[in-house]
Amino acid sequence: MGDVLVWTVWGAAAFACLGSGIAVVTFRNPFFSALALIGNLGALAVLFLLLSAEFVAAAQVLIYAGAVMVMFLFVIAYLGGSATEPPTRVSSWQGFAAAAAGTALLVEILLAIGLKGGGRLADEADVAQSFGSPAGIGRLFLTDHLLAFEITSIVLLVAAIGGVILGSHSRAERRASRTATGGGPQTPDDSWSGPSGTVPAGLPEEASAQ
Amino acid sequence: MMGPSITAYLILAAALFTTGAVGVLVRRSPLIILLSLEIMLNGANLALIAFSRYHGELDGHDCQGEDLAVAASEVVVGLGLIVAMSRRRLDLDVDRLTTLRG
Repeated sequence: MGDVLVWTVWGAAAFACLGSGIAVVTFRNPFFSALALIGNLGALAVLFLLLSAEFVAAAQVLIYAGAVMVMFLFVIAYLGGSATEPPTRVSSWQGFAAAAAGTALLVEILLAIGLKGGGRLADEADVAQSFGSPAGIGRLFLTDHLLAFEITSIVLLVAAIGGVILGSHSRAERRASRTATGGGPQTPDDSWSGPSGTVPAGLPEEASAQ
Repeated sequence: MMGPSITAYLILAAALFTTGAVGVLVRRSPLIILLSLEIMLNGANLALIAFSRYHGELDGHDCQGEDLAVAASEVVVGLGLIVAMSRRRLDLDVDRLTTLRG
């Protein structure tokens, strides 16, 4: 009886996981893609619970679905209409090559699972009730994984500094935006302006949309 | 353990990873490429947690925690780049960012 229930939950979560994953990749509007990714993370948290990884499931929902995705949605809202992908189609050889590469990747991973795992993956270890508790994970972080833990904190610090630098206005950019709002052409020494052939995208499109 | 074996989780993880990889290859909006990357990371995370459960060790959970931090850093830098691109009025289309082409 409990077995049937677990299989049902697993089937529903796996279906939601794959379906929302495909939805993320196929939606044209990035806002809907981000919402589908939140659903994907929720379904994944259910699968983590089935694997008795309660702390990881909670951290996933809090950090990913709570914090990272909110940042995504803020940026998509900031970009507005220019975030939507232009409707030009992928050239056929690119689509074909992507499908071939994806199929090759899937076959390769499944072959590796089948050959290396084989029938031995059926019986997993018996675990205690406290498996996946924050205490066990924290102890491992401060003993076996101490170096990785410290490096992770440095990576986060570097990413935070990088985010601040990327987000701050540079002097050349301020000059460019001043000339752009003044109606004049962009200064030639503005090293950040796009290639000379590109049409400046943001403003004219928005103006024509209104 | 009741329910499906680890193999079922691994096949699902492989399918998720492939979906994300195809998304990265096919789409041209940098925002959707970042979201597809998250799908690939989710597939890898599912495999980590599944193997952790199979061996009865918690190392996979720790790796998943480090993965989470790396994903957050990647999102910060990626979104910063996208916002900088849109401020400089560049197209949000990776096929048209050809300034660095040799």
